[in-house]
Amino acid sequence: MAITTTKSAFWKGFRDSAPFLFMASPFGFLFGVLAAEAGLIVPEAFAFSLTVFAGAAQFTALQLMQENAPLIIILISALAVNLRMAMYSASLTPYLGDAPMWQRAIAAYFIVDQSYALSVVQFEQEPEMPLAHRVAYFFGTNGLITPAWVIATALGALVGTRIPESWGVDFVLPLAFLAMIGPMLRTPAHVAACFVAVAASLPAAALPYNLGLIVAGIAGMIAGAQAELWLERQNIKTEGTK
Amino acid sequence: MSGTPSPILWIVILGLALGSYALRFAFIGFMGGKPIAPWLMRHLRYTAVAIIPALVAPLVVWPAPTGGDPSAMHFAAAAATFAVGYLTRNVLLGLGTGGLSLLLLYLAA
Repeated sequence: MAITTTKSAFWKGFRDSAPFLFMASPFGFLFGVLAAEAGLIVPEAFAFSLTVFAGAAQFTALQLMQENAPLIIILISALAVNLRMAMYSASLTPYLGDAPMWQRAIAAYFIVDQSYALSVVQFEQEPEMPLAHRVAYFFGTNGLITPAWVIATALGALVGTRIPESWGVDFVLPLAFLAMIGPMLRTPAHVAACFVAVAASLPAAALPYNLGLIVAGIAGMIAGAQAELWLERQNIKTEGTK
Repeated sequence: MSGTPSPILWIVILGLALGSYALRFAFIGFMGGKPIAPWLMRHLRYTAVAIIPALVAPLVVWPAPTGGDPSAMHFAAAAATFAVGYLTRNVLLGLGTGGLSLLLLYLAA
């Protein structure tokens, strides 16, 4: 169905995002439960999800706070997980960059994995879409996800305060991270980044102040970037010989 | 409150909120239509897929519930979670499998 009005563009984004609800709600709920287990009260968990609004970074901060990592390491690590948002911001700029500043300022808050992925696909498929429709579509993709994430966190935190500590949920957070990694490994370069980061993280765990995480993370990042370059060169070579 | 002291927690929340917003606003707000340098883009693509495995690997090898002693049970649950997440590309199926296998191993032990 072609988009005809700004309103219908918003609702198309809204509908397209519906399947992601089944992802965002359970993970928001899990964050709430684990935050409560870590000692956060409901308003704290709620404020966390509302202001930061980035699942993987929130889980990272939660884990490092439980390890009593230094403040600066917590902030650097969680923000490093969120560096991809800058990449999303950059790739959305050709499509939304001409919108008024106030709209871009609000849109920036809503840049998450789901809204980015849906919007870029939509904008590429319909290059003739007017700017107002693009903006409406982008906001539409957040119409369900954002409230779901925040409300699910609050509900999770409410439930989490009732779970006795003897249940030993402290291995659930590592499992949540592991479940996130699989779908991230889209290309051989992603696999290289992941493999090098894991290999470096084990010896680097001996470093003080949780610095090992930063060292291993940087090693993985460089490995991914280098693998990507290498793969590109291989592609050029094979195409050259054709 | 048992865990993190409140002031630290609020500094983390505020720091992450402002930092994440700055990252999101960086290009769409400031840079206008200017493209991001390819070498920078290339590194940004791999930050999450490097940091998260680096965070989780030590937690699997030296799991907290055993006090840091390597445990076949926890390793098996971790491997199942990753494998199902990777093969199905579905985060929730992976997490469900891992949680279930951990429960089964726990009951069997």
